[in-house]
Amino acid sequence: MTDLSYVRTQEVPHEAPPAATTGLVGWIRENLFSSIPNAILTLFGAYLIYLLVPPILDFAFFSAIYEGVDREACLAEGGGHVGACWPFVEAKLGQYIYGRYPLEERWRIDLTGFLFLILLVPALIPNAPFKNINVILLLGAFPLAAIILLTGGAFVIPVWLWALTVIIFAGVVGLALMPVFAGQGTVSDSKGALLAIAGAFIIVALIYGVLSYDFGLIAVETPLWGGIMLTLVIAVTGIVASLPIGIMLALGRRSDMPVVKMISIIFIEFWRGVPLVTVLFMSSVVLPLFLPEGVTFDKLLRALIGVALFASAYMAEVVRGGLQAIPKGQYEGAMALGLRFWEMMGLIVLPQALKLVIPGIVNTFIGLFKDTTLVLIIGLFDLLGMIQLSFTDAKWSTPVTSHTGYLFAAIFYFIFCFGMSRYSIYMEERLHTGHKR
Amino acid sequence: MNVRTIGAVLAGATLGLVATGVSAATLDDIKAKGFIQCGVSQGLPGFSTADDAGEWTGLDVDYCRAVAAAVFNDPKAVKFTPLSAKERFTALQSGEIDLLSRNTTWTMTRDTSLGLNFTGVTYYDGQGFMVRKDLGVASALELSGASVCTNTGTTTELNVADYFRANNMDYEIVAFEKADEVVQAYDAGRCDVYTTDASGLYAQRLKLTNPDDHMVLPEIISKEPLGPVVRQGDDQWFNINKWVLNALINAEELGVTSANAEEMKGSDNPAIKRLLGTEGAYGEAIGLGNDFAVQAIAATGNYGEIFDRNVGPDTPLGISRGLNALWSNGGIMYAPPVR
Repeated sequence: MTDLSYVRTQEVPHEAPPAATTGLVGWIRENLFSSIPNAILTLFGAYLIYLLVPPILDFAFFSAIYEGVDREACLAEGGGHVGACWPFVEAKLGQYIYGRYPLEERWRIDLTGFLFLILLVPALIPNAPFKNINVILLLGAFPLAAIILLTGGAFVIPVWLWALTVIIFAGVVGLALMPVFAGQGTVSDSKGALLAIAGAFIIVALIYGVLSYDFGLIAVETPLWGGIMLTLVIAVTGIVASLPIGIMLALGRRSDMPVVKMISIIFIEFWRGVPLVTVLFMSSVVLPLFLPEGVTFDKLLRALIGVALFASAYMAEVVRGGLQAIPKGQYEGAMALGLRFWEMMGLIVLPQALKLVIPGIVNTFIGLFKDTTLVLIIGLFDLLGMIQLSFTDAKWSTPVTSHTGYLFAAIFYFIFCFGMSRYSIYMEERLHTGHKR
Repeated sequence: MNVRTIGAVLAGATLGLVATGVSAATLDDIKAKGFIQCGVSQGLPGFSTADDAGEWTGLDVDYCRAVAAAVFNDPKAVKFTPLSAKERFTALQSGEIDLLSRNTTWTMTRDTSLGLNFTGVTYYDGQGFMVRKDLGVASALELSGASVCTNTGTTTELNVADYFRANNMDYEIVAFEKADEVVQAYDAGRCDVYTTDASGLYAQRLKLTNPDDHMVLPEIISKEPLGPVVRQGDDQWFNINKWVLNALINAEELGVTSANAEEMKGSDNPAIKRLLGTEGAYGEAIGLGNDFAVQAIAATGNYGEIFDRNVGPDTPLGISRGLNALWSNGGIMYAPPVR
């Protein structure tokens, strides 16, 4: 009797998957042609790409003109269209980067940019050493150096400002010593506070001193600033100013103190309620009419203040969104630990809240970066303004000149905004603790 | 020190401002600060634009340089403030600039109600027509039935309507928001005629695929005299600007150029002598040196040189003198004599 039962002792070798589901073909079937609607969409998308991409590449590279000294080079023989006129961008590149900054002083912008880079890059790398010193240099020393390098320094600090500073510090010292005057303590109780105040006073005096010191640099007025340099000055100032002001406003808006809350709400709603164009326009056209006759103040400074306040209002709402997402238990836990308000915010709430709203913050930054081009309506020549100005040079006026200029602007803005976006994604990944699904 | 002045000083001090101290005597202020602040456009081909080196050039710009040369004997003693059309008058009224040289049309309203004075005409502009040469049209009067490309909502549209109606011609308006759109539509053949200010026509022509296939018709259907502007209430500064311009025009008429200005001082012609300050004290009368005209002409050239260098036939723009030729050459450029 033979044993009819059959027990397989080895695994049957896997059949190769059907050819249509593996490799490139399989991937295409799976992802592009999995159903009839998908197939239609794929074909439509491919058609769009076919329609758009080759002409753009052709214009930007294949038919482009790369050499020439004036408009003649970029005119097609006997009519017809040619590609991008890159010699035009090359001729104007200095202006696109430095604006109308004097030629022999451009090294100052280069140096500023170099300092910025060597301080910024390590600050962005999480594991880089000397983080504290780095950040102090970047946020404390660098702005001073940049102001002096770009403007030429040697500011005249008026006597009244010194007087005001001394009065303010005297007042603060008086407040710190209040318990002593009231007979409720000894000077040694207030020692720490006094030391901090003295330190702050010395720092302010140092800043004044450095700003008013004449380093022998030629003064370069802001109307000569322009191009990428001006775009970055406005964007970086706006970004750096808007985050702390925005956090303060967000905290203020959620405060229980009615006056603080009211002021924050009014400030935020006012700046969110007016378009940036209006803010800039008011600062440039209307403000001079309010000022006494003959008093002018720097147009760029006006724009910087306008942009910074405007961005702060948006930042405040982004941060407030983060604050509201923190469960009440976190606040209560912090209070139960005996933390005071700033400790609670600084140690428990803000680190969580800010991490949550990184996409929103970066969104605001990117929006701000692109909004800086609006300053061209008030006669500041940022990159786009400089590019548009160069269109009016009859020496380079051709049918493709403006297309080329705008293409250059698009490439520049894309690189910067995409860079910011990627860095924010990297930051989110790094800080995702507890939220990753 | 009245309250207003104190207010100014305080406001200035608080915001780190600079009190330019506009007073009645603009010339004194300018001499004190060492340069002229001149308002120009934010970019207009041939009138004010930045060249490859980033220097401002153009007809409007050269006028500022001429004034600077007349005052300081240094055409570089001028700083330029690029202004939008909306900002320009405010900037002048508020004292931000001393002189506005920004292709501004001289109209009665502007001259009388804004507290400003026009000092003369640097360029007689006016609305013109551009057509394809192969259309075979030699005069705007032959344009009946044409489709006309122009900008929306400007006086150009109204001028066209008036002109065609007055001459009993049919037309069809094809209007666009932006100048670039208008040019592209015209270039693509969507209309027969492109109309805007004549100086603009020449500038836009360069953006056409085949500029040589197009021509600007001789008719000018509106008056757009462009001139420099100063604040009202300072006759000395007004006179300086007026007479620098007149000196440039007179210089062309008398054959004084940037090259020969110095040697022309030895000329026997009494008109040249008076212009160049070797006879009489005409410069002193406006608070400048008697050789202010020599300085200006040597720096920028006479009116004809300025015109030719920036917009003339040898530049890419290639604008012919037309109305801007001297009165003795069939134009209407005319300056009162120095006497």
